[in-house]
Amino acid sequence: MNSRLLSIIRKEFIHILRDPRTLAIMFIIPIVELFLLGYAVTTDIRHLNTVVFDADRTPQSRQLVEAYRASDYFAIARYAQSEDEIAVLLDSGAIRAGIIIPAGYGDNLARGAVAQVAVLIDGSDPTVASTAFAASQSVGQAQSIKIVTQRLGVDVTRLGGIEIRPRVWYNPELRSANYMVPAVIGIILQFLTTLFTALTIVREREQGTIEQLVVTPIKSWELVVGKVVPYIAIAFFDLLEVLVLGTFWFGVPIRGSIPLLLGLSVLFLLASLGMGLFVSSVARSQLEAMFLAFLTMLPSIFIGGFLFPLEAMPGWLQAISYLVPLRYLLVIIRGIMLKGVGLGAFGDQVLALLILGPFIMFGASRRFRKSLE
Amino acid sequence: MISLQGVTKRFAAITAIRDLSFTVQAGQVFGLIGPDGAGKTTTLRVTSTAMNPTAGRVTVGDIDTVRAPEAVKQLIGYMPQRFALYPDLTVVENLNFFADIFGSPRAQRAELIARLLGFARLTEFQTRLARNLSGGMQKKLALAATLMHRPRVLLLDEPTTGVDPVSRREFWDLLTEIHLQGVTIIITTPYLDEAERCTRVGLMYRGELVACDEPRTLRDGLGATVLEAQSAQALQARHAVEKSEGVLTVSTHGDVLRLLVDRAERAAALQAVWQANGITVGNVRVVRARLEDAFVLMLTRHDKT
Repeated sequence: MNSRLLSIIRKEFIHILRDPRTLAIMFIIPIVELFLLGYAVTTDIRHLNTVVFDADRTPQSRQLVEAYRASDYFAIARYAQSEDEIAVLLDSGAIRAGIIIPAGYGDNLARGAVAQVAVLIDGSDPTVASTAFAASQSVGQAQSIKIVTQRLGVDVTRLGGIEIRPRVWYNPELRSANYMVPAVIGIILQFLTTLFTALTIVREREQGTIEQLVVTPIKSWELVVGKVVPYIAIAFFDLLEVLVLGTFWFGVPIRGSIPLLLGLSVLFLLASLGMGLFVSSVARSQLEAMFLAFLTMLPSIFIGGFLFPLEAMPGWLQAISYLVPLRYLLVIIRGIMLKGVGLGAFGDQVLALLILGPFIMFGASRRFRKSLE
Repeated sequence: MISLQGVTKRFAAITAIRDLSFTVQAGQVFGLIGPDGAGKTTTLRVTSTAMNPTAGRVTVGDIDTVRAPEAVKQLIGYMPQRFALYPDLTVVENLNFFADIFGSPRAQRAELIARLLGFARLTEFQTRLARNLSGGMQKKLALAATLMHRPRVLLLDEPTTGVDPVSRREFWDLLTEIHLQGVTIIITTPYLDEAERCTRVGLMYRGELVACDEPRTLRDGLGATVLEAQSAQALQARHAVEKSEGVLTVSTHGDVLRLLVDRAERAAALQAVWQANGITVGNVRVVRARLEDAFVLMLTRHDKT
């Protein structure tokens, strides 16, 4: 192997080892990120604080409240004495939903008329609101069928009609961790390689050592490759760290092939290293490099399918997201870990990475060579 | 050994050096001097292959720096003005790194490093991190690092700036030793006493070479006489005669006046001016010209044309 390359790699490892704080950060970042995202980002909405204003006070109204409570979506926190009180509580944020049962509810039901119930939902968090919205309707409908059944004395479910039996594949309990942990791997890979590639190259310029290096026989590709190899090694160590923690702590399954996961990650690294190289050719200081590296992370986080589903985005934003390499890696990682599918399922993603990676790398190298002047 | 022909280097907004031509013979110590921003660093950079000239041609050992930079890199050792080694590597690690990237054979490596450490008097500091060395030691380490591949030419950019006088003398002792081994040296320096030690000196000003000759020739070919005088009112004395006929430049150094005049006979006329202004000036005498006088005069003349 090229001895100049080896000596640059060796030198870079010395730099890393002599800076134990940065080294520690590189190993701790994935753990912190994993735990924050594994626990905090949860879309499983249960036990919303709910207040009830029961103006009816009949056995029927109490039955309805009980049905809501039993659904697990609503936790009846308190009873209000007026509608206004519900409004005050919603305003203060103390409760997320209010159920108003008007006087005459029980009478209406007894007469066989339609009895109306109002459910107020705090829509300031749309995710919470849409869950509450759907739950309030389904609980009400179930209760409605029950009442009709009692009235008719026949089981209406035996009169025919449709019965829906949804079955969730890959993540039957709909656990957020299963969705987030694989994505953390992608984010970590990109973050470490882009940021540290940029930092380590800009440092040579900031220290002035680049001026000494350009009068040596080192070629620019040797310098870049030699400098990033240690960070690739660390990125893969972090990848395994996240896999192990994800499996044993969060119980996230790995149904597919780990070697395939590693192999396709390498493909992705070409793109993220290219972005790091690009940042290094633009940034004049390490501080600037840091900001720019974070800037490249933003599209990955928000339109790469990391936190928010791509399908829900407007068309033009989806179009832009095709340029975000992480988008493809996330499909690959989630596919391998949760679905256990093989290479055959990722034809499009692999092709996209094969095009994007070398393209970004090529553009960045051109800029980088110019920036040496 | 080194030749610049009509070299120009333009950056976006400024022209750092303009149509620069000079030659350095093998075995010479060539001193580049001039005020800050004169283009000395840029001259070294285009010679070292760190930059390509915008126009003109640079050759080192008859090799074109633009066409065959790799061959030139083997011939030269370039020491930038800023300390450009790795602060978090030890003395020995730094030397080893540069030996590695120049592909110097491992067999003689240990001996070469030991010799250079001894030469730079850094043997006892070899396991110290470069960042923990004093300024003078860092300069010597940088010099040793540029010598790891046994270059035939050394390009040194202000190697003694910001170094204490003892370390400065020590550094020049090292340079003399290298010079005696037949290495050609280009050195930039703000210190004119160092310029006097060079075989030849080039004076740069605003990107151009204003003068280039042996230090003695420059000094003796001054075309002016240097007078010194003493006065308790040196500043007033200076203002009184600044515009007088035949006076080229006046400077004050404490109570000493230093005047460059076209002829020694002007002394009498000057004395008359001082007396007329009621300024006591004594001990007017002709002194030996220094290189500094020559350069001050040349830059003054250059500004006028």
